[in-house]
Amino acid sequence: MANITDELKKRILIIDGAMGTMIQQRKLNEQDYRGERFKNWHKDVKGNNDLLSITRPDIITEIHKEYLDAGADIIETNTFSSTSIAQADYDMQELAYELNVAAVKCARKAISQSGKTAWVAGAIGPLNKTLSLSPDVNNPGFRAVSFDEVAQAYTEQIKGLTDGGADLLLIETIFDTLNAKAAIYAAKNYFRKNNIPELPIMISGTITDASGRTLSGQTLEAFYISVMHANPLSIGLNCALGAKEMRPHIQELSNIAACYTSAYPNAGLPNAFGEYDEQPHETAHIVEEWAKDGYLNIVGGCCGTTPDHIKHIAENVSKYAPRQLPVLEETL
Amino acid sequence: MSTIKPFLRLSGLEPLIVRPETNFVNIGERTNVTGSKKFARLVREGNYEEALSVARQQVENGAQVIDVNMDDALLDGVTAMTTFLNLVQAEPDIAKIPIMIDSSKFEILEAGLKCVQGKCIVNSISMKEGEEKFIEQAFICKSFGAAVIVMAFDEQGQADTKERKVEICKRAYEILTKKVGFNPQDIIFDPNIFAIATGIEEHNNYAVDFIEATKEIKRLMPLAKVSGGVSNVSFSFRGNDHVREAIHSVFLLHAIEAGMDMGIVNAGQLVVYDEIEPELRTLCENVIMNKNNDDNSATESLIIFADKVKSKGKENIKDETWRQGTVEERLTHSLVNGITDYIDLDTEEARLKYPKPLQVIEGPLMDGMNVVGDLFGAGKMFLPQVVKSARVMKKSVAWLQPYIEAEKKEASNAPLVLLATVKGDVHDIGKNIVGVVLGCNGYTVKDLGVMVPADKILDEAIAHNAAIIGLSGLITPSLDEMVHVADEMKRRNMNLPLLIGGATTSRTHTAVRIAPKYDNGVVHVLDASRSVTVVSNLLNNDQKKIFLENIENEYEKVREQFLKKRGTKPLITYDEALKIKENFDWANYKPTEPRVNGVQVFKNVDLGEIARFIDWGPFFIGWEMPGHFPTVLDDEKFGTEARKLHSDALALVDKIVAGKWFRADAVVGYWPANSNNKDTITVQVKEGPVQLESLRQQLKKAANQPSYSLADFVRPADMGKDYMGAFAVTIHGAQEHILRFAKENDEFNKIMVQILADRFVEAFAEYMHYKTRKELWGYSAGETLSNDEIIKEKYTGIRPAPGYPACPDHTEKRKLFKMLHVTENIGIELTESLAMSPPASVCGWYFAHPGSHYFGVGRIDKDQLADFATRKGMTLDEATKWLSPILD
Repeated sequence: MANITDELKKRILIIDGAMGTMIQQRKLNEQDYRGERFKNWHKDVKGNNDLLSITRPDIITEIHKEYLDAGADIIETNTFSSTSIAQADYDMQELAYELNVAAVKCARKAISQSGKTAWVAGAIGPLNKTLSLSPDVNNPGFRAVSFDEVAQAYTEQIKGLTDGGADLLLIETIFDTLNAKAAIYAAKNYFRKNNIPELPIMISGTITDASGRTLSGQTLEAFYISVMHANPLSIGLNCALGAKEMRPHIQELSNIAACYTSAYPNAGLPNAFGEYDEQPHETAHIVEEWAKDGYLNIVGGCCGTTPDHIKHIAENVSKYAPRQLPVLEETL
Repeated sequence: MSTIKPFLRLSGLEPLIVRPETNFVNIGERTNVTGSKKFARLVREGNYEEALSVARQQVENGAQVIDVNMDDALLDGVTAMTTFLNLVQAEPDIAKIPIMIDSSKFEILEAGLKCVQGKCIVNSISMKEGEEKFIEQAFICKSFGAAVIVMAFDEQGQADTKERKVEICKRAYEILTKKVGFNPQDIIFDPNIFAIATGIEEHNNYAVDFIEATKEIKRLMPLAKVSGGVSNVSFSFRGNDHVREAIHSVFLLHAIEAGMDMGIVNAGQLVVYDEIEPELRTLCENVIMNKNNDDNSATESLIIFADKVKSKGKENIKDETWRQGTVEERLTHSLVNGITDYIDLDTEEARLKYPKPLQVIEGPLMDGMNVVGDLFGAGKMFLPQVVKSARVMKKSVAWLQPYIEAEKKEASNAPLVLLATVKGDVHDIGKNIVGVVLGCNGYTVKDLGVMVPADKILDEAIAHNAAIIGLSGLITPSLDEMVHVADEMKRRNMNLPLLIGGATTSRTHTAVRIAPKYDNGVVHVLDASRSVTVVSNLLNNDQKKIFLENIENEYEKVREQFLKKRGTKPLITYDEALKIKENFDWANYKPTEPRVNGVQVFKNVDLGEIARFIDWGPFFIGWEMPGHFPTVLDDEKFGTEARKLHSDALALVDKIVAGKWFRADAVVGYWPANSNNKDTITVQVKEGPVQLESLRQQLKKAANQPSYSLADFVRPADMGKDYMGAFAVTIHGAQEHILRFAKENDEFNKIMVQILADRFVEAFAEYMHYKTRKELWGYSAGETLSNDEIIKEKYTGIRPAPGYPACPDHTEKRKLFKMLHVTENIGIELTESLAMSPPASVCGWYFAHPGSHYFGVGRIDKDQLADFATRKGMTLDEATKWLSPILD
């Protein structure tokens, strides 16, 4: 297995595109999601994409494979919602650990089928409950979930991803930094308490609108400062914005980041129906500019992007050198 | 190559980076129950609202970090810390700065760390209980990413001399950097500031010890920081703030010079060193630096001085102090703050003061509204506040009106802006907001209302010598009508500028379609707040020309952009599009036969039931509040206003429901229907078959992506039976209340009722869709979605409305009206542009197939247009007119 930091010094690495979009294209029905094992499950499970790692591993592996063929070096496991907290929507909290192990298996299988060198990033999503915001307008001090509950759920997920054989952890789509901090806390404690070597952590936040802030209100730099203690392999941005809107933020990040940078934007902004219609060459064209200006170490796509987008991105950035890490000085 | 320096980096919502040139970081001390009696009392009483204002005050006074301490025997420290910090997170003006979590109990520190997303400082940990515990606590702090304050305290006790302070700090530093892996810059030492001038001679050198130790610590460990609780040093002068502030200032001057980086201070009470009276300053110098202090002589001198000066207590500013200002100031205050309580009183006073009542309007009232206008322009006031200001203004003007009439004076000759919603359209909420905002800014507005034909608009503009015309419209046919008005203006050789606004209008449409028709200025106005700048530019003779030139240049670019973009999005032929239609598994499809067969009418539906389905997102958009619901309620800039607006709205909803202000009527129908494998759906209504014509996407999409059309959602006739439905819902009765509020000069509630009527009718459509799925058609009888999930459209099936993106052809509305006998059954009328009246009306189709979904038809090509015209029995010209928004 090649060392990812060696590779990051040499070239811009490509991370894969959207999983959800690809699953949607297959137009699966309730029965596909349930499979044999959950055919009598008491709740509808259509839409629980993470469940497919167990019930339709063939599809998940196939999607990974399409991204690998398109040029992805890093593929994200299908585990965005594989925590006991997120799975509670389907009453499937008991399955959290198993979902993570199964998802890593799908990714590993796709890599071995493709025969290329690639890394499996265990995707850790933001959860459907948040630690910094109150869901109750009249009670701003209320929290739907506690830090300990979140940390516990993430610990279980991290255990599943690690046991399954992930190469990296990817804490992503962070719109509330405190949730991400709970994931970092869980990871650091899990590795330390079990005396396991730490997996490299990639961190990817989400700037939600034109204000340039996260949903929980932090500026980009404040966000980075709040997660620096993870000593991450990379810091970056994904989701919510298209490449066009993401540019100033990636530029800022590349100036302040002590580690590698990553970016995987949506395929433009959604149209009035929530569909993404930015064409692969359009996304790739914008992303290429970033590479040219030296902002990038890792790049790929989020919502609405397809293997075609990744292919175009990979082709367009391949001719540029990766961003150089800044020198970390030891005196003031 | 870029470099990154090892600065201490902290964060709240915003970063705080401690650089060498940062000088000194003020840490607010008042949110500490051990140091502030007031704060302790507020927390004990559970009055967190007030407790938050203590924090806010410190930020306003310049604190860069706030220290929060809940160590009180009468408090559950963990709960109090958690509650307070969670509340702080909801206050962006406080949460923007980093938090210092302060406690002598580690469990409270840990509880605090679990509430804060930013990078905090923990205050404090130490080696007083041995190395092992120290290491464990440091690890925990590190896993939260916090910087730590380390007290100079070890197993032997608290360090008082310089040597002990330095020795303990050095030892802690080695442990933290080597065993725990702490970054040196995240370590902050507190080498203990003790009280001086206590009368005990051993205490006299404490300040010097601290200052000297600081120097040595910074020399040995240059990346580490030094902090301290400054007010301790003057503890023996408590009750005498004047002297204490002087001591703090002198102490800090020396400590900062020695390298102290930050300190816990009362940010509102720091005197400038140079402004301390010289005698006191010298006395403080002596005591702090322990000079001339044999036998406590320096101490004695300061005590004697202190007894002479009396402590200056701070006065609280009462809320009503503004009542003591001049009448002009009071009017401005009322206008800016939207207070109507005193407006009649103050207006009367002003009337008696000024020679003529009109001068009250032109003088103090306009001055006040100018302040409002400036604040609004600067983003410091928000639309709902401005509307409240307008309410105050109108009340004041109403008071003056009889006196003005009595004097039979001419009205002011401010330039007139003429507003109208164009022919065929009945929507006017946005236009009303523009009217209010312009009125607030001193312009005379004449509003011609809705459905105004071009001729009338132009005749009125000439008759009233209008300076500007503003057109508004919501439905797509209105866009054409606006083009027509521009055409007419050119034909009549008019020369006043034309403003374009409303939900379907856009800069692109204005630039591409309207502006080329008329040469004397066409400007698209994005929202009400922009209208003021645009109008003021246009009415200023110096600026008008440049402004219009700039606009024309901008529009020229938009046009180029438009032409370029059009090229990049290729179309496929209509035949190709038909070939890649969306195909469901029709062979195995089992449609549900509707339980209601044909048309059913519902009158006077319970408003309370409907209100449960209200989606508040668009409500805030209606008020031009940016952001999404519910996050807008916590928005840094708009949150407070948004919450206020929301609660005002909820109160009004209660009134509307209880007082039955609205009457909600609906008609629905369900019939057998089949598609023809192309874009025609044949519906078997009682009177005979009706053919519905849909439009199909022609934009080239990614491989394997179908070209959508609504016809694909109904089973083709050769595959077996299927059904579809239609509905129309309306809210009657809003007009009466809108007129009532208009008469009372209450613009705020007038617009509120309009916006709420829209929310109700949308909720009503949602409610009827729900009933359709559950009972009337019953295809999802087992559905168990929450209201929230329903609002988010998580259900099966769709209800697209003619004229909207999935079926952009408005003329299908005529068929729908016939099929449901809408006008006879529930009294909705169609205008010539096919807008519905009353404006709070919605109609649409029901599709039940689980695969059906919303989409936008987007641009279509001439081949489909021709086919469509034939199917509809229209001439090509007629079809072009109706479909122009989706044609090139």
